[in-house]
Amino acid sequence: MSILIDAGTKVVVQGMTGSEGTFHTRQMVEAGTRVVAGVTPGKGGIVHEGIPVFDSVSEAMAKTGANASAIFVPAAFAADAALEAIDAGIPLIVLITEGIPVVDMTKVKNALIASGRSRMIGPNCPGIITPGRCKIGIMPASIHKPGTVGVLSRSGTLTYEAVDQLTRIGLGQSTCIGIGGDPIIGSPFTSLLPDFEADHQSEAVVLIGEIGGSAEEEAAAWIQANMSKPVVAFIAGATAPPGRRMGHAGAIISGGKGTAAEKKAALRAAGITVVDSPADIGVTVARLLGVA
Amino acid sequence: MNVHEYQAKEILARFGVPVPEGAVAETPEQIREIAEKLGGPVMVKAQVHAGGRGKGGGIKFCKDVGEAVDKGSKILGMTLVTPQTGAAGRLVRKVYVTKALDIGHEYYLSVLIDRANAKITIMASFEGGVEIEKVAAETPEKILRETVEPSAGYLPYVGRKIGFGLGFDAKQVKAFTKMLGGMIRCFEECDASLVEINPLVTTPEGEIVALDAKVNLDDSALFRHKDLAELRDIHEEEPLEVEASSFDLNYIKLDGSVGCMVNGAGLAMSTMDIIDLAGSRPANFLDVGGGANKESVTNAFRILLSDPDVKAVLVNIFGGIVRCDRVAEGIIAAAKEVKIEVPLVVRLQGTNAGIAREMLEASGLSLIVAEKLDEAARKVVDAVKGGGK
Repeated sequence: MSILIDAGTKVVVQGMTGSEGTFHTRQMVEAGTRVVAGVTPGKGGIVHEGIPVFDSVSEAMAKTGANASAIFVPAAFAADAALEAIDAGIPLIVLITEGIPVVDMTKVKNALIASGRSRMIGPNCPGIITPGRCKIGIMPASIHKPGTVGVLSRSGTLTYEAVDQLTRIGLGQSTCIGIGGDPIIGSPFTSLLPDFEADHQSEAVVLIGEIGGSAEEEAAAWIQANMSKPVVAFIAGATAPPGRRMGHAGAIISGGKGTAAEKKAALRAAGITVVDSPADIGVTVARLLGVA
Repeated sequence: MNVHEYQAKEILARFGVPVPEGAVAETPEQIREIAEKLGGPVMVKAQVHAGGRGKGGGIKFCKDVGEAVDKGSKILGMTLVTPQTGAAGRLVRKVYVTKALDIGHEYYLSVLIDRANAKITIMASFEGGVEIEKVAAETPEKILRETVEPSAGYLPYVGRKIGFGLGFDAKQVKAFTKMLGGMIRCFEECDASLVEINPLVTTPEGEIVALDAKVNLDDSALFRHKDLAELRDIHEEEPLEVEASSFDLNYIKLDGSVGCMVNGAGLAMSTMDIIDLAGSRPANFLDVGGGANKESVTNAFRILLSDPDVKAVLVNIFGGIVRCDRVAEGIIAAAKEVKIEVPLVVRLQGTNAGIAREMLEASGLSLIVAEKLDEAARKVVDAVKGGGK
């Protein structure tokens, strides 16, 4: 088992005929993903990279049975693409695009809540991978290996760093999810932790947070109340100056809230193992699982 | 993106928010013209992107034109130090000259997005003119919060709820409801991330006026607001950060001595953190982004090394889509173009990292190679402390 995606997941790529879409479609297929359709409005009927292209998500779903969408659409049009996917009722949407205006994301998020049919990961995220079976996103599949550790992260390359540490130490991953670095995202930690708790394959979870917002504090509360599996957490940005945007729009500490110190304290108070050094993520998971 | 107070008020005035009459001046002569035109007592306010201007002596009440010119001339060209500017302060290039108002009471009012529910939220308080963070921490019950339901949009009842909550009379509530509607339209139409009026004041006659105003714009939405993007004042930004942004590099100057070049914001922050743990301090945050190539790496080096505080550099790249060999190519090219006189620690991991390491070795460049993250941090901190290798 795994969470959200598996060998049976059938993916439609929105924006597949663009350069990003083309490149990553190829990479996803190489990683074992069943990409069954592309969507580019106006290009319906063509075949791109050996995959049929449709004018709309609902048509792609009806004709191919796609049950997950990967969105590689430029920021100016990404919210429209996400809203179309929500309207079509596709069960899973992975919104990779970075730099979507926040006002646009409020519309997407509220539509997502109102529809109740779709789950969304992102935006501004590397996506999801269930190693060896399915990848919807832009992470390098080669550093992953199938296994029992779940990874949940607000970051991109820092997630790769953590995964690499796990793989090198011999620990594979059940599913790795980059939830996205923006202030408004489809699925915060608390909406995905229950999936890992319920997943038989996952034996431990790595949670990588960063400064800004209160997602880690909420995760801490949920884990303390509900989670039986060990969690190892790291929070990036202990040295970040207050009030500055550190690349991720969500990573602004303002008004004394959302600092790394506060987040680490909340996680530790909930009984979660917090590492101060990003180099210690892999070894700490290994120690908790008793394999090193 | 931040804009100046006078720009924020010009924007808000377009949406029907009442602001004191005034104009911006860059010379004493302009101050005189504006003060004469306004007549009577005026306020002269330093225009810098930092709060606490009054405490730093950047806001003065002037009873007549003479005093406005006199005091205004002193503010123009002064280095204003406020709790938010840091010790270096900020050079004042412009002042805003506005009609001075008699003030009855000061309130707080802002419009922002609550990230928890992804809805536009209005915050208001009877206690204005002070830091709202302080009010929120000490007396949260004094803050009124209302949400704008996206399906319905802003409706007058929301304004009435807050207006009566703040203790306004019926006539004031009517004006307030209209004003708040304007603020929310401004927020949505300008793609703002914050519209804040602190203080919002009532005059002895009962009029409601925005005495100060702050508008922060969503950087991600500036592409569709060319007019607002032009309001950017690069004098208010660190010169190196301005230069970096022109190359799509995300650079933030910090106060340590280890220059960092990293791909990805989270990894860049973690690299800063691990340098700190290893016993030194990062000189900057620098995210070369997902498109790291020869050109961006060269520019990144140039910007990094123009900071005289940098005593050693750590390059930490985790190749995913970014190929390490391309980054290595960039490092080799940069070393030819930019003179690297400080120790350079390079850690390349992920896609094509092996090829990249071979390239760096074959280049004959004098650099320190690291494989693991903690090893890289330790080596760069040793280099800083050793003053060389």
